[in-house]
Amino acid sequence: MKIIKQILLILIALLVIWIDLPENFKIKFNLGKIKVDQTINPLSINTKLFGLNIKKEFKTKLGLDLKGGSHLVFEADTSKISQNDIKDTLDSSRDIIEKRINFFGVSEPTVATSKAGKNYRITVDLPGVDNVDEAIALIGKTASLSFKEEVVDPKSGTTSAVLKDTGLTGKHIKKSSVTFDSQTGKPQVALTFSKEGTKLFADVTKRNINKPVAIVVDNFVISAPIVQQEILEGNAVITGNFNTDEANKLSIAINSGALPLSIKLIEQKNIGPSLGALEVKKSVYAGLIGLSMVLIFMIIYYGKLGLIASLALIIYSLISLAIFRLIPVVLTLPGIAGFILSIGMAVDSNILIFERIKEELRAKKDFSVAVRLGFGRAIDAIKDANITTLTVAFILFNPLNWEFLPQFGLVRGFALTLAIGVATSLFTGVVITKRLIEVFYKESK
Amino acid sequence: MVNFLRYKLIYLIISLSVISVGLFSIFKWGYSYSIDFVGGTNLEYKINKNITKTDLTKLFKDQKIKLIDMKINKNNLVIRTEALNEKKESLLKSVLEKKISGKITVLKSETVGPILGKETMNKTLTASLLAICGILIYMSFAFKGFNYAFSAVIAMIHDFLVVIGCYSILSHFWGAQVDTMFVTAVLTTMTFSVHDTIVIFDKIREYIKEEGKGNIEDYANKALTQTMVRSVNNSMTIIFMLLALSLLGGDTIKYFALTLLIGTITGSYSSPFVATPILVWLERRKNKR
Repeated sequence: MKIIKQILLILIALLVIWIDLPENFKIKFNLGKIKVDQTINPLSINTKLFGLNIKKEFKTKLGLDLKGGSHLVFEADTSKISQNDIKDTLDSSRDIIEKRINFFGVSEPTVATSKAGKNYRITVDLPGVDNVDEAIALIGKTASLSFKEEVVDPKSGTTSAVLKDTGLTGKHIKKSSVTFDSQTGKPQVALTFSKEGTKLFADVTKRNINKPVAIVVDNFVISAPIVQQEILEGNAVITGNFNTDEANKLSIAINSGALPLSIKLIEQKNIGPSLGALEVKKSVYAGLIGLSMVLIFMIIYYGKLGLIASLALIIYSLISLAIFRLIPVVLTLPGIAGFILSIGMAVDSNILIFERIKEELRAKKDFSVAVRLGFGRAIDAIKDANITTLTVAFILFNPLNWEFLPQFGLVRGFALTLAIGVATSLFTGVVITKRLIEVFYKESK
Repeated sequence: MVNFLRYKLIYLIISLSVISVGLFSIFKWGYSYSIDFVGGTNLEYKINKNITKTDLTKLFKDQKIKLIDMKINKNNLVIRTEALNEKKESLLKSVLEKKISGKITVLKSETVGPILGKETMNKTLTASLLAICGILIYMSFAFKGFNYAFSAVIAMIHDFLVVIGCYSILSHFWGAQVDTMFVTAVLTTMTFSVHDTIVIFDKIREYIKEEGKGNIEDYANKALTQTMVRSVNNSMTIIFMLLALSLLGGDTIKYFALTLLIGTITGSYSSPFVATPILVWLERRKNKR
């Protein structure tokens, strides 16, 4: 039974180390005649299990402030929408924005809605985007496509200047794509209608033979071709004076449909990738120096116990990193701060235990008895202190997304890493340190 | 056993003077707020040609953009202006490129509308108040007495005042800005403060459990003597970490780490020298009655 437990522990340890391996780390050295040249990467799973596709890459996810990218906050104009429909409208807007961004080719964007007082917002995070202006233009575009026809005055027989809606809109488009005119080579946007749209379009063209039908995008007549005959196949082409790029954007906008409400950009943060990378490098470097100072201090002051605590601390850091990669937690600067604070608290657990053990030793107790008593005594303080911290982290994280509590990423990132760190340190500080002490001191006796 | 509580007047004087200097600074100079709170635009450009401050000031005047602050650091331009929209911002960039006849790489550009800041503040404040309630409730249960919880919260408020006061001084003399990172640092300090206090209170609780209701002041002194080494050692480890971060870390986290450093020091100080004397005082009053 004990052997099984040991093997299990070793397996878990290996798994944790595997998850924690650095990304794209190149190893190249010669060991006698053996040449080693390999790139190390953390564990990534991509298998089929019981018909389920399991795909998971254990890599550190960095937030926008570290990786670079754009954080955009839009305020939605909900004045024209009835109170009951606001949530649905917002959600569908979010979906449309998501679609548009996907067309733009951004990896892992996040689009979220939030409410503050009476204001509704949509936040968009675009990691690693260089051309933000273009992205903003695309997101905010209210490309509402409609087809309009001329109105003929039944009395005079003249056409009025006002165009009439045909009832055929962007809703009825199944697909739009960019094609090129076979004669002029100019780009154009080809439309394929849905079933209902095909029928409507046939009606519209039948009504308007030898008359123009205007294609209107955002209240702007793009083109108004004269209908030659009734079109039954459900295809149409928008020709206009645009270049390939413009045609592309129009096609994307039509594809993703119109936003059901208008939005206004109220906040925009762009961090170039180089700045974030430099910050990470500096902070990691500083963190490592700080950590080694802590380890040296512990070893000098507590001797062998300090060595054990250092070992426990390293194990603690490895487990935390594995959890961050497992969930995955998006690491931001405040998130790193939360982690550092939790390291401090993990060290504290160890110091508390050691001071208690020393106390018992001063009371002339046997070492093994002192260890047991020391742990038992320290656990109360550790438990209370850490539960208080967890309570605070819980409130700051705002898991139910209540609108009167912080909903923005930075404070939440802080709370999340703090909570994970404290929970992990409860485990390592107590369980692992105790096992390590037992193992080390048994051997020395 | 060291009679720590004999010097409570000294602790009171130290705390009061630090807090009053801080409060003085807050009322006299206030803070410089980041665009997170007052709105505006932050731009950080990398340029491959040089430009002088006067040229830059003139350029902004010509463009009718209100310039709030700027720093030229060799090839790095750090500019803060009123809130600009995307069009105005890209116009500014092209005008500037023409002026220096060179190329600009955008390192960072941030624009925040002024409404968001107030909201952030209010929400964080609500969260903090809720957190205080949570601490009060949990500690009242864990320590079977409201006085423990109350003293811990007073020490926490003490630390809060110290940190915001010191930050105002940092803000006035070194240009540290109040931003979301600062809010995070304050929250961290408050968390740490209670965490640290609980360790001492746990010791007092233990004495009461073992030796029955005796002289609370004796217990407190004994607890302080026993935990002092741990408190100092623990704070030292965190201080090492933060010193490294504030001296070597990147610019964005420099003041953040410094604030945390102040928070850790006051958090460690307040547990034995603010929370414990208050607890002793409260418990004695209760017992007298």
